[in-house]
Amino acid sequence: MPEQTYLDAIRAALAEEMRRDLSVYVFGEDVALGGPFGVTKGLAEELGANRMVNTPISEGTVMGLAVGAATAGLRPVVEIMFIDFITLAMDQLVNHAAKLHYMSGGQLKIPLTVRVQCGISGAMGAHHSQSLEAWLAHVPGLKVVMPSNPADAKGLLKTAIRDDNPVVFVEHRGLYWSKGQVSDSDQIVPIGKAKVLRQGDHVTIVALSSMLALALAAAEELANEGISAEVIDPRSISPLDVASIVDSVKKTSRLIVVHEAVEQGGIGAEIVARIQQEAFYYLDSPIVRVAAPFAPVPASPTLEAQFLPGKQRILEAARQALGLRP
Amino acid sequence: MTKKTSPDFTVLLRRMWLIRAFEEKASALYAERQIVGLLHLGIGQEAVAVGVCSLLEDDDYVFGGHRSHGHAIAKGADINKLMAEIAGRATGYCGGKGGSMHIVAKETGFITATGVVGGTIPLALGAAFAAKERKKHQVAVVFFGDGAGQAGPFHESLNIASLWKLPVIFVCENNGYAEFTPLSAHTKIERLAQHAKTYGIPASTVDGNDLFAVREAMSKAVAKCRAGNGPIFVECLTHRIRGHYEGDPAKYRELSQLAEWKKKDPIARVARALMSKKRITDKALEAIEREARELVEKAAEFALSSPWPTAEETDSLVCAETT
Repeated sequence: MPEQTYLDAIRAALAEEMRRDLSVYVFGEDVALGGPFGVTKGLAEELGANRMVNTPISEGTVMGLAVGAATAGLRPVVEIMFIDFITLAMDQLVNHAAKLHYMSGGQLKIPLTVRVQCGISGAMGAHHSQSLEAWLAHVPGLKVVMPSNPADAKGLLKTAIRDDNPVVFVEHRGLYWSKGQVSDSDQIVPIGKAKVLRQGDHVTIVALSSMLALALAAAEELANEGISAEVIDPRSISPLDVASIVDSVKKTSRLIVVHEAVEQGGIGAEIVARIQQEAFYYLDSPIVRVAAPFAPVPASPTLEAQFLPGKQRILEAARQALGLRP
Repeated sequence: MTKKTSPDFTVLLRRMWLIRAFEEKASALYAERQIVGLLHLGIGQEAVAVGVCSLLEDDDYVFGGHRSHGHAIAKGADINKLMAEIAGRATGYCGGKGGSMHIVAKETGFITATGVVGGTIPLALGAAFAAKERKKHQVAVVFFGDGAGQAGPFHESLNIASLWKLPVIFVCENNGYAEFTPLSAHTKIERLAQHAKTYGIPASTVDGNDLFAVREAMSKAVAKCRAGNGPIFVECLTHRIRGHYEGDPAKYRELSQLAEWKKKDPIARVARALMSKKRITDKALEAIEREARELVEKAAEFALSSPWPTAEETDSLVCAETT
């Protein structure tokens, strides 16, 4: 399997899906020009500017337009340049995209994919760095996926585009230039299925998106201390593969949840609630959350570094869960 | 209902009466608590719904707002399934999951209503985009009120529709009130058609209580739009005779104003016009009203004798099965 960046894997998935299905259209700001990070570079030239549609800066209306196009038989992909701007499109996403199948008694289907990038990278401040996935996971009718590596990015995007429901595909800007093995064949990744990235016996670490790399690095260090950590990537947060986490907790009896979003009301809270419901008697210690403080993302690089959950905090959380000195 | 070059106006009158009778029955059932929830009636606005939809083809797309029973009926919705839907029954268009503000009658081309003011304007653009790509000369029509004209998506949508020359017809039902507040308290713009001109969209303002005027404007709009000349904006000046919703005493409105509008009743105007040309008799007019009321009685019987949705339906159809 060839090595590819996360960004190139996303582009490959888009190109392959647009080639195999002529009803796939991409809408977004500057998408025909490749976008600010080059994700869609070259696609307008190959697949036609009529299908890689540059839009004005009107996120709400573009989202609604995509929903309407979906009711009329297209499979639109909307690119929201930063997740911070999904706020402008929430009405259409939440009130129409997510609900029309249900509200219509099944008459309408909305096969819509929303590509959006999130997270902290490059001291961009509070309007270009947020992690808002928990809001989206709170909405019935939306699926939400967060790939942590190039192979999952490609496979999940292909699945998202083929799904007959609205799927929000949350990319992490900090991962764009990370590399990994990616299949050049038509390999898809199911939505709603977690992946165990490292086997372990003493503690389970569930980490999302860019936090996976930190969790794996922490697990490596913990191994040197004689602590065997199991690392799980949920990949989808709605639907959430609770069973995989429960299975792991039954083995390790300890759980740490790591995400870049602020701790309060984050997806970690949902994971904690589900585990105490389904595996309470297997737990040997309280579940620990490692997440950002309850504050907007600061701009200064020194504050940003403080804000971002780091490997050190995962190590401390693991030791705490095991009753060791942090 | 489908376009005809020289229409039989009694057919259109029949459709207007069907809408009127349907909504009057819905109002009566609401007063008896047989229908609950939020019920927004368009009594007095029937000429817009029928005038517009009578010029569309079956495969044209129509999007509505929160006051859209009339739009759905005008596009051909079955009144039994519609009444059952607003009564919350399993036999309704949406199995009771939508309700009055979220009617979907997909097979008729009435794609969806919405509880969000102005919310379907962008959706109509999307259907128009798909139609344009398919080159099938379909058009998309969206109905909205004057209250939507101060919302962001309205302006964004006019801009994009114009920029991309989308086959979409914006039908503004300017009934003078956004919920409880007159238009003049929300904007300095008296005629919403002015906004269309800002975005380079041809626009006209017509008497929305005059079926013939609505049809004339719409017939030009549909022809231009279908020929690929981009969007058109038709503003119809009208009035809702009921309050914003059933139960709203509408004290913000002068009784004299209401009386003025009642004189302009769109159904009576069509009837008078046909009578004056001796194209219909008194007897035939009475029969049209009577038949509409009979059909609506049957719809109410169907709805109220239909089963409620079962408990299992509460969280079914949240996600579609991917095929």
